[in-house]
Amino acid sequence: MKNGLRSARTWRRISTVIAATAMVGGALVACSSTGTGSSGSSDDVAAALAKGGTITYWSWTPSAKDQVAAFEKAYPKVHVKLVNAGTSNDEYTKLQNTIKAGSGAPDVAQIEYFALPQFALSKSLVDLTSFGFDKLKSDYSTGSWNDVNIDGGVYGLPQDSGPMALFYNKAVFDKYGLTVPTTWDQYVADAKKLHAANPDAYITSDTGDAGMATSMIWQAGGHPFTVNGTKVGINLQDSGTKKYTAVWNQLVENKLLSPVAGWSDDWFKGLGNGTIATLVTGAWMPGNFEASVPDGSGNWRVAPMPTYDGKAANAENGGSSQAVLKQSKNQALAAGFLKWLNNSKASTSIFVKSGGFPSTTSDLESSSFLNQAPAYFGGQKINQVLVDGSKNVLSGWSYLPYQVYANSVFSDSFSSAYTNGTSLDPALQSWQKALVSYGNQQGFTVTGK
Amino acid sequence: MTTLSAARRKGQSPTARRDRKDWKGWVFIAPFAIVFLAMIVVPVVYAIYLSFFRDQLVGGNAFVGFANYVSVLSDPKFWGSLGRVSLFLVVQVPIMLVLSLIAALALDSARVHGAGFFRIMVFLPYAVPGVVAALIWGFIYGDQFGLAGNINHLLGFDLLQPLSSNWILGSIGNIVTWEFMGYNMLIFYAALKVIPTELYEAAEIDGAGAIRTVFSIKIPAVRGAIVIATIFSIIGSFQLFNEPQLLKPLAPNAISTYFTPNMYAYNLSFSGQQYNYAAAVAIVMGIITAVIAYVVQLRGTSQENR
Amino acid sequence: MSAASDSTVTTRTVTTRTPTRPPSRAARRMRSSSKSGAPRSKKSITLTIIMVIFVLYSVVPLLWLIFNATKTQGDLFSSFGLWFGNTMVLFQNIGQTFTYDNGIFLHWFGNTLLYVVFGAGGATLLATIAGYGMAKFRFPGRRVVFAVVLGAVAVPGTALAVPTFLLFSQVGLTNTPWAIILPSLISPFGFYLIWTYASEAIPTELLEAARMDGAGEFRTFFTISIKLLAPGIVTVLLFAVVATWNNYFLPLIMLSDPTWYPLTVGLSQWSAQANGAAAVPIYNLVITGSLLTIIPVVVIFLLLQRFWQSGLAAGSVKQ
Repeated sequence: MKNGLRSARTWRRISTVIAATAMVGGALVACSSTGTGSSGSSDDVAAALAKGGTITYWSWTPSAKDQVAAFEKAYPKVHVKLVNAGTSNDEYTKLQNTIKAGSGAPDVAQIEYFALPQFALSKSLVDLTSFGFDKLKSDYSTGSWNDVNIDGGVYGLPQDSGPMALFYNKAVFDKYGLTVPTTWDQYVADAKKLHAANPDAYITSDTGDAGMATSMIWQAGGHPFTVNGTKVGINLQDSGTKKYTAVWNQLVENKLLSPVAGWSDDWFKGLGNGTIATLVTGAWMPGNFEASVPDGSGNWRVAPMPTYDGKAANAENGGSSQAVLKQSKNQALAAGFLKWLNNSKASTSIFVKSGGFPSTTSDLESSSFLNQAPAYFGGQKINQVLVDGSKNVLSGWSYLPYQVYANSVFSDSFSSAYTNGTSLDPALQSWQKALVSYGNQQGFTVTGK
Repeated sequence: MTTLSAARRKGQSPTARRDRKDWKGWVFIAPFAIVFLAMIVVPVVYAIYLSFFRDQLVGGNAFVGFANYVSVLSDPKFWGSLGRVSLFLVVQVPIMLVLSLIAALALDSARVHGAGFFRIMVFLPYAVPGVVAALIWGFIYGDQFGLAGNINHLLGFDLLQPLSSNWILGSIGNIVTWEFMGYNMLIFYAALKVIPTELYEAAEIDGAGAIRTVFSIKIPAVRGAIVIATIFSIIGSFQLFNEPQLLKPLAPNAISTYFTPNMYAYNLSFSGQQYNYAAAVAIVMGIITAVIAYVVQLRGTSQENR
Repeated sequence: MSAASDSTVTTRTVTTRTPTRPPSRAARRMRSSSKSGAPRSKKSITLTIIMVIFVLYSVVPLLWLIFNATKTQGDLFSSFGLWFGNTMVLFQNIGQTFTYDNGIFLHWFGNTLLYVVFGAGGATLLATIAGYGMAKFRFPGRRVVFAVVLGAVAVPGTALAVPTFLLFSQVGLTNTPWAIILPSLISPFGFYLIWTYASEAIPTELLEAARMDGAGEFRTFFTISIKLLAPGIVTVLLFAVVATWNNYFLPLIMLSDPTWYPLTVGLSQWSAQANGAAAVPIYNLVITGSLLTIIPVVVIFLLLQRFWQSGLAAGSVKQ
């Protein structure tokens, strides 16, 4: 069954590419992009695209292959070598290795927003303002544009965005008479009611995830990380963080969270059979549901994020950008590819068709996108909920300049809280201690409050 | 090592005396020696060199003398990881070796039906790459829907929790035992096969039973093989990496980034860019491993000579 | 088990000696496998049952692999682990494994073969020549070679992995096949086995005779000695093949381009593909791919059983 679905998707993708390339192929050569006009070094970009050459692109995005094929069709002189060097941390490790080695890095790489500052501040990425990409600001949603803006430079172009939402299994909610929560207090009440009614079922699964925790702190209005050049402040007990733990501690301490690790085979099964009733995650999730949780089809729905005080507030979770590496020997060509990749209808339409959640305002606001009513979600116009959510993302959040490391040691501090069901606050303090000491060892001036 | 004395004896043995004493031998040794120098000696020397520096994300590279070593020696994460593999070592290695020895003795007794079939079947897991073994067992360990979960459902309660933090060290030990039991069995079996017949004849004249033969003849006779297997198992335990690293996504709260010294060194280098500190950790680990292996070898031989 | 699955560590793992015994040949008459001791030849049910338990333990996970390689991803989630699922899609799974991502699995297969042929082959060659040289020549510095190689056995793989990566990256070898092959070329275990084997298997008189006839050392080696060394060489080669085939840590560090991955690293990447925002879980392919990865090694071991089992036994006789 799964295989059938997969091949159907493949066919759909292939036909999409054929259609897209046929439609846009010619048009693209004429007008280099649909973005706002840019000047200056953008001439170099156009020249490089016309001249051609070979570049390497690291990405784990499923639609990357189709996007690259469409690009090569539009620019026959350019060859893009697509490499899947691993997902997320696996790729960053390899990227970091090639940077340390001084060779072997790709020209363009996919880098998630949380990791972008680390690579930007270690001077591994090209500041794209030199190619006039700062003028593309209005093409992107505010949240995603803020994510690629680091220290006054533009270090990548947003691929997708991850405004958070509450995904819930309606069948489970109906069966146990749960109300779709609008506040976190209701969410906790639902969690208790569900688990009491069915000890195998949990409101959600959380075994401690750095991305999830930081996003939840963000949504609660926390600003635990402040970065000013090499001066870093860390306060994982600020008022926003405490708002988050006040809610989440109830779930952890009462063992109301499924102990299944996220993205494991057990987890996918749990999403399908109703033992994991909700997911609090980024807007990129629907594609994963449709592709990997076939058993949940028709049951899942999307609701806005619960709030703390009834006032709508949201955060980003996940989401990627693509960036040009300093090591690239043909930065202008790399920039040209990047601009096509994340700033042309031809490319973003392939991305959206593959189930991704875009960051380009034209795609986010297009009526065809907003009116999609996938059967998987019971015909709900989920994109309207998700796009609405993107408008409430709180500003002023920043990640650490060594967030990749920080996330990699997250579970070292949080494991005992999650396995023993104790408060997250001591875990946050221990994480802070580790991050302050690491930052100082690495030459930052880090102060912990 | 036991091999040391044996080989030294051999070096001075009368057969070797007639070999030619000139530089010609180097022609044969040279290719190996050159690659050995480049692939083992140079990296070790470089690791020692690296361990005296500190390279920061901000601020660059600086000579720090023994500062990294001082930090390692007072690093609770390092000692924690060492303690964990030591516990692993004292529990898993004896269990595995005893099981291997029992299997080898059973096969050697010639009282088992289809011994050849059993021998190859028990050995099969050795042909499975450690990565694949960890993947397979990872699926089996899933306590919701894996084989462990299947069994829990049959029983009606959660008996098996192989991925919980209390179980995880044992679960990893199980994988390692599974992979190497048959291999060690063969080593012991090969050693048992070459016990001189005279010894058995002598035992029979003494009227020794099967059990006594095992303890007074067979096991002493394969002590050398046991010592070697122990030493390699110690080295293997101290270098534990593949299994915990691949199980970590399934058990993120049971397996920390410093679960074993090798994982710690790996994560220091490749997540934290602390290459210099990682080099110091690796060197300290190397010294500890060498010392322990040496002590075990010394004890093994001294008992032999008693 | 060993983290540093680079062959330098893993291949060290067999030295079967029983140095207790004096090296007198008379004492070393091997018992025939049929075992003459009459009272011990009676078959025992208890011992056979014990061995059945051992075999079950060893084989059940492999059976699990075979059963689950026949299932769709959906069945994997819903059916009992040690039996077939609702559908039988083994061949579809195999087909998909070979064609997924433009047939990258076959590519990995080819890479693994490349690393095995040159890594394990080279390691065996170097070890054979050097071990022979150690056994049959006296030369200045012989003791030093011995001590240094012996010392290296105790150096853990971690101590080598990181500096080797940094060194290789400085000379531009990372992300090339060389980064995997070169470190695989050293097999201290092979070196010892051939050394001890050659000391016994090649009579020095034979070499003296060849020298009298005016044959060069290399001609003697390739025409006479190598044949006598054959069982030892096969054993060393087999274990070097397994070590290279199973190599994970080294390629994980050295390679960033999947087109150079060996099967082990490729499979673990497939497994990790289930993570994160653009997750594409392909558990059925991970399982089928694992099965396909094991089969060649198992087949080699089964086919060459007689050679390596006698080689191992010989390894413990000849010392």
